[in-house]
Amino acid sequence: MSPLLMNLSELEEKDRGRVGGKGFALALLARQKIAVPDTVCVLAEAYDEYLDRTGLRERILLELNRKDFKDMRWEEIWDASLRIRNLFLTHPLPPDVARPMADDLQARFGSRPVVARSSAPEEDSAGASFAGLHESYVNVRGTESILKHVRLVWASLWSDAALLYRQELGLEAARSSMAVVIPELVAGEKAGVLFTRTPSDPSCLALEAVWGLNQGLVDGAVEPDRWIVHRESLEILSHRPAARDNQAAPAEDGARLEPLPEDRRSRPPLAADEVTEIARTALRWESVQGVPQDMEWTFRQGKPVFLQARPVTTSRGSSDDQRGWYLSLRRSFENLQALRKKIEEDHIPSMIREARELAAKDLASLSDEELAREIRERATVNERWVSVYWADFIPFAHGIRLFGQLYNDALQPEDPYEFMGLLEASPLESLERNRSLESLASMIRSDSSIASRIRQGRFTEAGPSFQAALDDFVARFGDLSCPVTGGVQCTQGQPALMTILLEMAEHPPRRRGASKDRRVLEDRFLQAFHEGRRREEAGQVLELARVSYRLRDDDNIHLGRIEAQTLAAVHEGRRRLKRRGLQRMEETTPEEVARALENPDYLPAASPISEIPAGVSSRPSATKARQLVGQPGGPGLARGRARVIADHARLKDFKHGEILVCDAVDPNMTFVAPLAAGVVERRGGMLIHGAIIAREYGLPCVTGVPRVTELVATGDEITVDGYLGIVTVERTVGGGGGR
Amino acid sequence: MEQEEIKRALGELLSSQRLAVLATHDEGRPYANLVAFAATDDLRTILFATPRTTRKYANLVADPRAAVLVDNRSNEEADFHRAMAATATGPAREVAPSDRRPWLELYLKKHPHLEDFVRSPTCACMELSVERYVLVNRFQQVTELHLS
Repeated sequence: MSPLLMNLSELEEKDRGRVGGKGFALALLARQKIAVPDTVCVLAEAYDEYLDRTGLRERILLELNRKDFKDMRWEEIWDASLRIRNLFLTHPLPPDVARPMADDLQARFGSRPVVARSSAPEEDSAGASFAGLHESYVNVRGTESILKHVRLVWASLWSDAALLYRQELGLEAARSSMAVVIPELVAGEKAGVLFTRTPSDPSCLALEAVWGLNQGLVDGAVEPDRWIVHRESLEILSHRPAARDNQAAPAEDGARLEPLPEDRRSRPPLAADEVTEIARTALRWESVQGVPQDMEWTFRQGKPVFLQARPVTTSRGSSDDQRGWYLSLRRSFENLQALRKKIEEDHIPSMIREARELAAKDLASLSDEELAREIRERATVNERWVSVYWADFIPFAHGIRLFGQLYNDALQPEDPYEFMGLLEASPLESLERNRSLESLASMIRSDSSIASRIRQGRFTEAGPSFQAALDDFVARFGDLSCPVTGGVQCTQGQPALMTILLEMAEHPPRRRGASKDRRVLEDRFLQAFHEGRRREEAGQVLELARVSYRLRDDDNIHLGRIEAQTLAAVHEGRRRLKRRGLQRMEETTPEEVARALENPDYLPAASPISEIPAGVSSRPSATKARQLVGQPGGPGLARGRARVIADHARLKDFKHGEILVCDAVDPNMTFVAPLAAGVVERRGGMLIHGAIIAREYGLPCVTGVPRVTELVATGDEITVDGYLGIVTVERTVGGGGGR
Repeated sequence: MEQEEIKRALGELLSSQRLAVLATHDEGRPYANLVAFAATDDLRTILFATPRTTRKYANLVADPRAAVLVDNRSNEEADFHRAMAATATGPAREVAPSDRRPWLELYLKKHPHLEDFVRSPTCACMELSVERYVLVNRFQQVTELHLS
């Protein structure tokens, strides 16, 4: 047998760390004459050997040390995890390691289906329940596929979830290891889980069962029947039947949900004597282990087989912990489909309708009291949509990730973000806005009299066709002076829109980035799946991802239009208060404006404003950032003057050929993209708006650069390397050269 | 030291070490960097990589004359009698795209984890054509090896 594999019967106490908790528990169960599946363990040494031989150990460390972990957002952690996973996918086992393993696995399982289950030694010793942080793959067939899935299980040592809980797990790139347990797949007619002690009543045990594979229960996709059994008497104290409408069944590759056959719907998966039998075995096992146990089992030919056993442990995380929320953003395809329906058929039409209805109201005709009420109502409407945004729109973005994983698993591309090529060139609202903007700019470009009139501030004399186009633009997208789409007149003086248009008109229009051959990529993706149901499903995931990609940008614009209506009412209020002689109205909150409108004697308080003045850097003089590291967000290399945007009102100063440097780009800001030579953002992630718009225009982009708006000042000469994810400060404004 | 002995010592030193100090100059002002390097078996070429936006790259484009220091010190007192250092001098230039393949093969064999870095279109694959080695061992024994 390969020195990297072991049978359960060969395991001794000293091998616990080599096979992890799950592998060792199976060996102990077998020793107690409790039936377990035929199982081979891939030792943790195999993982180490693989890492050392492929050079991946240092690559993982390089990936995880690009920036301080505390500076990484969840999205960046997900990105890092995706890149690491892709390293495992694109690096096969060295042949001299793989061959003996393959020979043994072939002799043992042949073409019988197996499960590849993570069994991390760290997870075992962590003392808390980390179930689900690492992956397991059900129904894997053939040695080649088994070895590939072993690599995927290894990769899951670095899953986003595991990285989030790395401290509790003691996860360290230099030391952490992963064993893999490979049991034959026992496709029993029914399966379930069992806790030998219920949290609410220590004299009872709880048992849950479903028809079909356990996968359905563990994933939460199938509702189980539940029994409470007295530990001493083994008497069934209660049975709560489930709806019993579907079951998980082995499919070509993995498991899938299918409708439950009629004859199974009416009866519980377990008869009373079967409940007792499992309970009795579990309690015997618990008495050997000495602590309450959490077990998985199935039935084969009328006899229970135990698939897993581990101590019942405390749950992870505290209530103020954000990590659980982040992980709840990982959604299943079914969940995302439902979310899509809700968003497309419900939310978006409502948002459009609501913004339009609000816009139709004549604010000027309202009395002060009515206006105060209107301001409050609009603020409430706005808040409601913001909460919908967090509850539904943000989780929906996971559709892109779901597709990315499917794509990478199927094609194992060198570039883990190749899949983005299939999503780009979607009809984004922000791109539609930019197209309209360009057509206005081209009118100015082709008629110099329009430009000169605009420069003189004679906007209304620019000609009827230009005026009509301009009115249409403002009606749809606002005058670009507000931090939200659809807002108007947020700043005094020359409208931002005109300044941007004149700047655009002075330069040739920017062509959108040459889109990679989407069709070719799409065909290659679909060809990777067997014709029929699998391919159809792959197509559905792609379709979902495209919607997810589009909505990730569009939702901000729709939300902006609602917010713009709130702003409009507040502006009207401020205008009236100014007429009363009140000062500094720009700094008052909507609520203060409403109060002052209701009560002529009320003096509104100014809200504290925190703002970094653009172009003034707070950098200390003795140190200077020369080369800043982020993540590659869009390929390409650009050199130019930095324009650091600390405040939306400054976007109008943006000049052609400058590099947009920003804390966080949102789609309401990306109208400067056609002028920009590159994009740099403090916020990190491959799927953030800055990166999306940069790729759409073929602009070099680096994201996730900590403190970039402090370390770079407007006017600095910088280079953006979108391949390596680095920003070099060549020459600082007012300072000497970088050399 | 005999020539063969020197060559063997150099070969062992160059293959055992991962990082070297690269010296360039910016209009007469010396400048030094750590670089991950590899060397050809015949000792005639030292390979390293740099993004084209760096100072070292700009320096070398302006003047290719460079030096590379490789040593095996371990930051212990015994280094004084035990450690060995070799300085290689010669011109360092970017490898033409057509010659990249053997360069990558040799370099990545030693530094497989730098694959993404060196394959980036903005990364320059550099090679220093060694004209002379200056080998220092036994604290102050200095030997030169000239490669014509």
